[in-house]
Amino acid sequence: MPTILAYVETRAGAVRKVGLEAVAAARATADAAGGGEVHALVVGAPGVGAAAGALGEDGADAVLVLEHPAFERYNPEATSAVVADRLTRGGYRLGLLGSSAQGRDLAPRVAGVLGVPVVTDVTALRLEGEDVVVTHPIDTGKVIATLVVRGTPALVALRPGAVAAGPAPRQPRVETIAAVGDPAATRVVTTELTLGTSTRLDLGDAPVIVSGGRGLRSAENFRLVEELAGAFGNAAVGATRAVTDEGWRPHSEQIGQTGRLVSPDLYVAVGISGAIQHLAGMRTSRTIVAINKDKDAPIFKVADYGIVGDVFEVVPALTAAVRAARSAS
Amino acid sequence: MKIAVCIKRVPVQEGRFAIAPSGTAIDEAGLKYDVNDFDLWAVEAALRLKEKAGQGEVVIVSLGPDAVQEQIRKALSMGADRGLQLRASAVPPDPFVVATALADALRGGGYDLILFGRVAVDDAFGATGAIAAHLLGLPCVTGISTLEIANGRGRARRELEGAQEVMEFPLPAVLTIDEGLNKERLPSLKGIMAAKKKPLEVRAATLAEPRVTVRRLELPAERAAGRIVGQGAAAVPELVRLLQTEAKVL
Ligand SMILES: Cc1cc2nc3c(=O)[nH]c(=O)nc-3n(C[C@H](O)[C@H](O)[C@H](O)COP(=O)(O)OP(=O)(O)OC[C@H]3O[C@@H](n4cnc5c(N)ncnc54)[C@H](O)[C@@H]3O)c2cc1C
Ligand SMILES: Nc1ncnc2c1ncn2[C@@H]1O[C@H](COP(=O)(O)O)[C@@H](O)[C@H]1O
Repeated sequence: MPTILAYVETRAGAVRKVGLEAVAAARATADAAGGGEVHALVVGAPGVGAAAGALGEDGADAVLVLEHPAFERYNPEATSAVVADRLTRGGYRLGLLGSSAQGRDLAPRVAGVLGVPVVTDVTALRLEGEDVVVTHPIDTGKVIATLVVRGTPALVALRPGAVAAGPAPRQPRVETIAAVGDPAATRVVTTELTLGTSTRLDLGDAPVIVSGGRGLRSAENFRLVEELAGAFGNAAVGATRAVTDEGWRPHSEQIGQTGRLVSPDLYVAVGISGAIQHLAGMRTSRTIVAINKDKDAPIFKVADYGIVGDVFEVVPALTAAVRAARSAS
Repeated sequence: MKIAVCIKRVPVQEGRFAIAPSGTAIDEAGLKYDVNDFDLWAVEAALRLKEKAGQGEVVIVSLGPDAVQEQIRKALSMGADRGLQLRASAVPPDPFVVATALADALRGGGYDLILFGRVAVDDAFGATGAIAAHLLGLPCVTGISTLEIANGRGRARRELEGAQEVMEFPLPAVLTIDEGLNKERLPSLKGIMAAKKKPLEVRAATLAEPRVTVRRLELPAERAAGRIVGQGAAAVPELVRLLQTEAKVL
């Protein structure tokens, strides 16, 4: 029965959703292979361990907590040393992380330290004897690869939101662990962390995303997108790279290959052409609506529902209609 | 400033992808190839650093079949000084193996910086740079969108999901380049002519046995064909009705 280590990502002292997903995916993977323990590893500044008990909700049998002031911000070298040390000493079959900016940084570092194989942006995994079999989109999502990873432990970073797992709560034991060497004596140091100031839902959590493209023509016109998002009430605002390049919206709202990968229940694309790099970030959305004046725009190929028309005419009408529909229900 | 930039030959992503009869490879017929976008941004970053320093050398390294010489020449025509091909019949789908071969070729080269792309758009791992950094014993910052170098130290900004962080590090170092750092220059005609005469060394790559292998490649399930609900604002009521009754998202 495999023991799996899940790295619980934190930011500014709080556990991130990708961290919980790593634990839940570890639970599901262990259970599918006949059971086995899931150990959740939480690394942060003093106080971060307060989150430890709650990780039982996601299926952790044990929570390993390392608190040290040098982990107040992401400390890549010291964190990779700790994860690598745990993986070697704990007899783990697998190390799971989120394929977020932090996880994509950490996973290859740990692989380097241990000399073990690593795969990132994985959308499904299972153990198969000596192998870990993973699903991994390649070529901007135009091809889906099934890869076989051989090695123990193997490192797998999971695409945020991709690996669904049911609840499997338990009462975890909590252990305190020590750092490896002096975590304050690293070459690379994170000197600043700037958190987004948006009060809106995060793109990764929102059930609805309203995204705008160059068709909006200016930063001011994004008001239309904001208002439509507001009408839904549970929506976040996204943008294309054309828009973030123009500086109309911050890079943090960019959706696509070089932005966020999202899978909301509803994705509304406003004045977006549907370039392959944009589709790579949103094509797995459950329902896609597109509004574009060009009936041949590629976005209509992935859209469930399309309206061919001018955003300046259609979007205000849609905003009013959505508001009316929601107040009626 | 002596800078190495690792570049990968990748299929142009706008192309039409098909799976070869083996089921484990992409059908290359009909695809066009170019330098990985992130690697072009890395080449641009290297050229600007060299220009700012007023002297130095930019060395381009690519592992792959002889076809990669075309991509190395493109980087040379942008202004890089010389190229190194690590010849291999194919690029294995295991970033550890590629990183090991690249690190072996870069070790002892006296580079102040070694630049990678954040991710290769074809295999989409984004792991090679950080693994190579570890094998070379160098500090590493991944996915950077700004970079300042002064007095033997660097400062770089990384985009996170809805946040940013700044990392500081000593040189020599390995960096992986995200978008935002800069746009690449186009090769000038003069650059293209000059590139033909620039040195391009070819060495055999030493590749370890891959531990990541392809079992199967597939095209993703097509989304069911959507429909145009209508034209202009007149189509809004029908769209709202469909969102309520059919998609059940409203
Ligand atoms: C390596 C790489 C990575 C990339 N990563 C990303 C990424 O992460 N995310 C991303 O989005 N892009 C990315 N891109 C860029 C991508 O290729 C496209 O350039 C970009 O997505 C286009 O944005 P857009 O749809 O807003 O603009 P455009 O392609 O210019 O489309 C604008 C659309 O608006 C429509 N329109 C104009 N006026 C109106 C109107 N009044 N009413 C209705 N419709 C109107 C037009 O018909 C058109 O279809 C990347 C590119 C590369 C090379
Ligand atoms: N075959 C290769 N030759 C040279 N550089 C490569 C090669 N493969 C990957 N790289 C470098 O590693 C980066 C990340 O690649 P990957 O980890 O495969 O996503 C790329 O952007 C390149 O800079």
